Amino acid sequence: MENQSRRGFLKTVGAGAGALAIVPVAQASSEVPHVNDDELGMLYDATKCVGCKACMSACKRENNEKGNLECERAAFDKNETPIWDAPSDLSGNNRTVIKLYKEAGHPWSYVKYSCMHCQNPACVSVCPVAALTKDKLTGVVTYNKSACVGCRYCQLACPFNIPKFQWDRPIPQIVKCNFCKDTYLKEKGITACAAACPTGAILFGKRKDLLAEAHGRIQTFPAKYQPTIYGEHEVGGVNHLYLSGVPFAKLGLPELPTGAPPRFSEKIMHTIYKGFVAPVALYATLCFIALRNLRHDKSLPHPVEKGGE
Amino acid sequence: MHHHEFEKQSGDILTRSFFVLLGLVLIGAVIIVVRFAKGVGAVTNMSDGYPWGLWLAYDVAVGSALACGGYAMGFLIYIRNRMRYHPMIRSCLLTSMFGYALAGLSVMIDIGRPWNAYNFFVPARWQINSVMFEVAMCIMGYTVVLIIEFMPAVLYSLETSKWRRWREFADSLPPFLAPDKERMEAHIERIRKTAGLIRPLLEKVLVFFIALGVTLPTMHQSSLGSLLLVAVTKLHPLWHTGFLPLLFLINCIYLGYAMVVFESIFSSHVYKRPFEIRELSGLGAILPWLTAIWLAVTFGDLAYRHQLAAAFSFDFYSCVFLANVALLGAGSLILTRAKNRQSPRWLFVSAMLVVLGGGLYRMCVYLIGFNPGPGWTYFPSLPEVMVSVSVVAFEILAYQVLIKLVPVFPRVGLHDHGASAATTPKQGATA
Repeated sequence: MENQSRRGFLKTVGAGAGALAIVPVAQASSEVPHVNDDELGMLYDATKCVGCKACMSACKRENNEKGNLECERAAFDKNETPIWDAPSDLSGNNRTVIKLYKEAGHPWSYVKYSCMHCQNPACVSVCPVAALTKDKLTGVVTYNKSACVGCRYCQLACPFNIPKFQWDRPIPQIVKCNFCKDTYLKEKGITACAAACPTGAILFGKRKDLLAEAHGRIQTFPAKYQPTIYGEHEVGGVNHLYLSGVPFAKLGLPELPTGAPPRFSEKIMHTIYKGFVAPVALYATLCFIALRNLRHDKSLPHPVEKGGE
Repeated sequence: MHHHEFEKQSGDILTRSFFVLLGLVLIGAVIIVVRFAKGVGAVTNMSDGYPWGLWLAYDVAVGSALACGGYAMGFLIYIRNRMRYHPMIRSCLLTSMFGYALAGLSVMIDIGRPWNAYNFFVPARWQINSVMFEVAMCIMGYTVVLIIEFMPAVLYSLETSKWRRWREFADSLPPFLAPDKERMEAHIERIRKTAGLIRPLLEKVLVFFIALGVTLPTMHQSSLGSLLLVAVTKLHPLWHTGFLPLLFLINCIYLGYAMVVFESIFSSHVYKRPFEIRELSGLGAILPWLTAIWLAVTFGDLAYRHQLAAAFSFDFYSCVFLANVALLGAGSLILTRAKNRQSPRWLFVSAMLVVLGGGLYRMCVYLIGFNPGPGWTYFPSLPEVMVSVSVVAFEILAYQVLIKLVPVFPRVGLHDHGASAATTPKQGATA
């Protein structure tokens, strides 16, 4: 009796397990996703950057109000309202940052961090309430605080660790670059950082033009540049591209696969939940079995007719 | 429903442990106030690299799995038709109810903008690509289902109770606060009648909620694993696999049974009730099969992804992984011997091992195996830990109170337990 029940139990579990198991095997290879080169992007040429941080101050000036950004008070700043803004990294107050890489015996280089505006953004894929969206035309990934519940799944999902959360505030929001979508871009058709850059290290435009320009630079000065463009293929392609003289990993840009992570997770989820058929079928089956079991249960009062003792 | 199978636990509500637990709950409450006044960062060590900390990993991912007793037992009783386990269902449902409700509460404390949570009910906002959306909807739905599944017990006691505690409480009030006797009696009578009216109606459709109570956890417990699918570059390859949903599903089922065994022996010991050996040994016989399937999938998947070498490289991650496997293996091996399954002590030890191993697995996926990149570290802060402790304290506290107000425990002497019926806690402990 016990053996029989075990076998039956395993059969039931096994059937469900089998159905689920087919899925990941079938989806193990994530396909190279579609890339739209007409989207807007930025090209940062690290070899041209002089580290003046004009982009950082322009970014904060333009987006202060709409981005709910604050000064990051320097340690020595004892004034009541801070007069020094001294951010050391991307944060809940800071959408872009310039950093310097310097290692003995190596050429030094500046690097600019900000949202990569992925072709297949993981943050958009994982946001449960569509607070993060990707504009179909421009490809800009934007955050909407009035929808956001603050679950921080976007932070977990982003392979670049770009979205930042305002940990020190009772009414926090997610902070990340949105290409000045509601501010400078709207007025002037360019991002504030790109407009402010005195050396032309930041170019703003369509992804295809930027890629052409970047490839041209590499071809013209092969000794000056790394042979690849960072962001061309990483996680399915991003719209914020990098050229650099030093290896990208040295600049803190992570080495990433070419497959887009959200494609992997979405495929598994959509296979399990396709048309919501599986859950409904499971529920219907369980209802049927439970009803039949209760009806055949002679030892106990009949639940459907009597409904109790 | 089979109300004769259950009984209330006798005894005072305001025991010493009540006040100890209440103290812990109050500490947590103070920390929660600070969190809402000064932000999440004021009380936690979470960071932009580790946006999910202990509250999500333990309270939600592990906590909800430990609360899968109601799911696992519901499946066994109503779907596998093992009615002899039915007397255990209410205590399982009760712990599941608290586990899930408090996991939900933890989420509301954890998320930064909880006032926007209404967006989950605005269809225009639904983002069906998001695993989080599925998990959130499913867990909210299941919490409601659990409450409905437990309602017959509450309605039954409202209907049949003599309202002794309430009367004593009313009598103890000073005269100017005490309610008018006649009006109170009228109110009680009305509540009784309403409860008596609703209960049979509810019991007629209850089977549809029972089936829902098996469907929903199947969905969201597997999805709790799917949540980390997207962390392709951050979760260690020992744990990042397309099989995460399946592994989480099996994991929650054996955790559910192990917790049922654990809680049953524990409460039998505390409340000096006879051990439910016959039922527990049945569950103990199921456990090794489930962990064996889980281990087979885990190792099969590691082999398939060519990660077996990483599992035995004996670096930090490999050691944690092997500890996880060892805990599960040891717990299950104990239970493969029929003799051990008759001993409350061995049942307790093995259930404990399986709970630790299964819980560790979820912690690995959510925290230990998660690495956002160089420069980020996470270890929970003391206030963070205290909130999790107070959540658990509240669960135990509420359980303690409710088993005395509502018939939850199996009625003693319901079945002919044979030899095992004579096993009182004292004898069992020395056996």
